[in-house]
Parts: sequence; structure tokens; C-alpha cells
Amino acid sequence: MFLALRELRFARGRFTLMGIVIALIAVLVVLLSGLSSGLVNDGVSGLKAMPATAFAFDKGTITDNAFSRSLVDSQQLQMWKKAQGVDKAEPLGVSIVNGTTDVGKQVDLTLFGIEPAGFLEPSVSSGSTVGNDLGGIVVSETAKSEGIKLGSVVTLDRIGLKLTVVGFTEGQATFGHVDVAYLPIDTWRLIASNTARPGAPTAEQIASLEYRYSSVVAIQAPSRTDLAAVDATAGTMTMSHTEAFNASPGYEAETMTLTMIQVFLYAICALVVGAFFTVWTIQRKGDIAILRAVGSSRGYLLRDSMAQAAILLIGFTAIGVAVGVGFGALMPAAMPFDLEAGPIGLASILTITLGLIGAALAVIRISRIDPLTALGGQR
Amino acid sequence: MTTPTSTTTSALDIRDVTLELGDGDARIRALDNVSLTVLPGEFVAIVGPSGSGKSSLLAVAGALTKADSGTVHVHGTDLGRIRSNAAARFRLHTIGFVFQSGNLIPALTAGDQLRLAGRLAGNSSVDPAPLLDAVGMKHRLKHRPGQLSGGERQRVGIARALVNSPSLLLVDEPTAALDRARSHEVVQLLAVQARRANVAVVMVTHDHDVLGHCDRVLEMVDGTLSP
Repeated sequence: MFLALRELRFARGRFTLMGIVIALIAVLVVLLSGLSSGLVNDGVSGLKAMPATAFAFDKGTITDNAFSRSLVDSQQLQMWKKAQGVDKAEPLGVSIVNGTTDVGKQVDLTLFGIEPAGFLEPSVSSGSTVGNDLGGIVVSETAKSEGIKLGSVVTLDRIGLKLTVVGFTEGQATFGHVDVAYLPIDTWRLIASNTARPGAPTAEQIASLEYRYSSVVAIQAPSRTDLAAVDATAGTMTMSHTEAFNASPGYEAETMTLTMIQVFLYAICALVVGAFFTVWTIQRKGDIAILRAVGSSRGYLLRDSMAQAAILLIGFTAIGVAVGVGFGALMPAAMPFDLEAGPIGLASILTITLGLIGAALAVIRISRIDPLTALGGQR
Repeated sequence: MTTPTSTTTSALDIRDVTLELGDGDARIRALDNVSLTVLPGEFVAIVGPSGSGKSSLLAVAGALTKADSGTVHVHGTDLGRIRSNAAARFRLHTIGFVFQSGNLIPALTAGDQLRLAGRLAGNSSVDPAPLLDAVGMKHRLKHRPGQLSGGERQRVGIARALVNSPSLLLVDEPTAALDRARSHEVVQLLAVQARRANVAVVMVTHDHDVLGHCDRVLEMVDGTLSP
């Protein structure tokens, strides 16, 4: 790196300009990564937090919005409960509702109907778990920003059913960009069957309920379990935990859009860095010919040039990431934006790697420079 | 000039070398059956008009290109038998180049020019001060080429060429960008340093004013070498 460092110092103006471009790309990459993570969390954090390995939907349900379209009956549920190799199978009811709090604030909630004390029961940060309180709901911690607090009563629009907040989840739990409210599956069935009446749900209403459906069956099973065989007998179709994210409203469209923008950014990074190092190598052609003439190996010159590119990319990507994280902290709370170390680290590594590939394609021309051109008569 | 001498005692021994350049109708014979022997410590100048083949002779002697026929030995090594990478290593340790205008690396100070040449040869602890002192440039150790005059750049170029103790110095038009006084200074310096280090020097030039410092002067015309 003897030559690389000295050239960086000597041509600091040119390298700084290039570095600023790299840093700006890194800023954009971080902001997109934050937006992507934020949208993912806003879209499916409720699902992500579930300890299920797969979800069984009614056979033939189309993938988009499958959670709200699918309906599995008690027979299908029982088949999954009894299936060989399946550790746990529980009903999960999913529906998005509108409601009004006791202070008159309108809120949207995704109702997750679960079996009380089942494996889908969320951890709570305050209050109590879903339990057997038919009118009790455990709401996403993020709903606090809507003014919801323990004891708040949410009245569902049109139905008039009253649900009381008994706890808050640990961290964000949203689905389709709406806060999740966990409630007993029987109460969910009461709502889904349109038999709920104004006021708090009662044991009598539940006892008279003949509606035994849920949206999907949440499954816990080792990876070796033949889920397709169970699907065939139960008349369901199974999606893995992560595949099921695509079944949430808008998830696939949002993530694909952002992924496409990110891919273009990485490609731009590789092209810009490649173009810079192409021009830089052409400018240094005479110097490289001299070094080759005095005996420098191609390997030394290539390594030195790649080290130069690596210093530039790593240094300015780090600056860009720091600036991006700083910008991220200033994002308004209403914007779905989450800075997570994993995605930012991956985005940084991709920016650096693709930049290095661009640089490698540019500096490879060093090996084609003829040392003969160092002699005056040949120049 | 043909002075047949044993390849084991001569610094450079070129025999019956022919080199053709270009393709088709543009193909020319740059070197036509050239022979030349240079002894250690000898300073040989080759003069001739542009396009006469002087630089081609340096290229062949410096393992930068291979002759179409004939043999080239440097310090007993047959350059026709070594591959490109081995030729680069050979140049690094055995041959020093002095280019037009010094041809220094713009990003490096005078001291770093020498340090880099040393590092390339595997010696990362080169102290450039004594060599720069020997060419009268110690006071410019931390100056870059852009801060040096043409004569100073050439002096640094000479010091760089000597840093790995070569046995053969190939010098390409060293006075091309210098005035008369500086030209004499530079060539005299070359002669002094070469004799001190017992290095054979082959210098191509079209500057007849500096030939008094050389042991032998040969003329090249149309690819042919004559006394």
C-alpha cells in the first residue's frame, strides 16, 4: 500500500470527490435499508414475533392478503393437531377492524385471535396476557402513541363490541401497517361470524356460537416434517414462516419496490467506482509503464490499486453510513423507519463489495499496460 | 560495433539481433543484425536520428521486448529464455533505467521514489539519503517531482536507477528536456556514479555535446550499429 496511500494523499481532491459520491450512495443505502426494515416491521412484525414455523391456509387461497381471505374449519384444525411430526397446531384468526377509543380517537387494529395460554400468546411488556378475559386485548406497544393505555376501551365500529386493553406486547407488533390486538380466538370468532352484539362479549354469546373457523392454522414442527402430506389430507396449503410474510397486505409490492431501488443503487455504485478507476488508471498509464519497466510485477500494481479502492470504499462508506444513521434518527415517528444493524451491515458490505468489483474491472487494465511505453521514443 | 567478448565477463552482450516492428506494409526492421558488447563500468553512448532504432536497442537490452533473432545476455543471463514475469524480476535486480525527464512518479517525494524502487525489490528499509546525497539532491528529499527542476528530476531518476545496485544502466535520452549546462552536469554525474559503482551504462542520445563523458560512442542508422 506504499504507493496507494501516497497517491490518495497526492490526489486527495479527486479521491475526495469520488469519496463524497460513495458516501452519498451509502447514505441512500442506509436510508433505504431503514425504510425497508421499517416497512417490513410495520407490515409483518406481528407475524415475525410468532414462534410458528409454518401456517396452513385453506387450499386455493391466493397468496396476496391470504391471511384475511383464508378460512379453515375445525376439522382441518384437528387434522393438523393430530398430524404426525407436528409438535403444535393452533388456530389463528386474522381480521382488520376499525374502532374508537373511550376518548373518541379512531383507531385501526389487526385482530389476532389466539388460544389463551397457547404458543402464540405474545410476551407482554406491561399488563397481563390474553388469558380467558373474553373482552380483554393485548395491544402492540406502538399503539401507545395513539393514546391507548391499560384500561382503555376500544369500541368496534358498526358492531359496537367493547374490548378492554389488558396488556401491551414487548416491542412492535403490527400487521399490514396496523397495530395488532391479540384476543381470545372465541371472541375473534364472535366478531368474524357477525354475531357479536354491542357491549362486552359474554360467555353466553360464546357458548351459543356455532362458528368454528379460524383464518389459518399456526404450526410448530421440525423441518423434516412432511407438511405437504398433511396438506393433502387436510385440504390446506402450507407456507413457511417467512413465506407467509408475502401473504400480508402489500408486503410483497413494498419490499420488491425497495429491493429494486437498492439493487439499482448497488449497480450505480459499481459503475461509478468502476468509471472513476478507469479514468484514474488511464491517467496513471505512464507511471504504471515506468513501474513495470523498472521491474514491478503486475500483481504488486494490481494489489496496490485494489488496496487504494478498498481504502476509498471502506472509508467513505463508513462516513456515509454514519451520516445515514444520523439522518435516520431525525426521521418523524409517523414514518416506518427502523435502523437495524443486520440490514445496514449487509447493505454496507454489498456497497463495498460491488464497488470493489467495479474497481477490479477497471484496474485490470493495469496488466495490459506495456512497459515498453516507458521509453521516450515509444511514447 | 562488434566486440566479441565472453558473455560471462561482459555486462551486456548482444549478438546478431534483429527486431521487426509493426504489421503488414507498416512493418519495419528496427534492429538489423546488431551486435554490441559492454564491459562492467564501461559508459557507451549510442547516437542517431529519431527512428533509427536506439530505443528499440534499449528495449531489447532491458528485457522489455524480445528480439526476433539473435541473443541478448545481461550479466550472463540469456534474456531470450526468460518469461515476462521473470524478466520483470530480472530488471528489478540487475538493470537500472533512467528515462527522459526522469519520468518520476508524481505522487512520490524524491525519497519515496527510491524507497518504492527498494520495496519493489524486497528491500523495505532503503535509506534514500546517501544516494540522493551522492547526486546532490539530499536537500530535496521531501520534494515531489512537480517541485523540482528538469535537471533535479533527472538526478533523482539516476539515484532511483541505482538504488538496487544494478550491473547495467540503460539511459534513454537523459538530456532531452535540459539546457546545455544541465545536460553536462547530468551526464557527468551518470559517468561518475557508474564508474564508482562499476555499472555498465548504455545511453542513447542525440545530444552530441555530452559525448565527451563516454568511453565509447556508436552510431545507429536505420537499425544498424556502427562505430
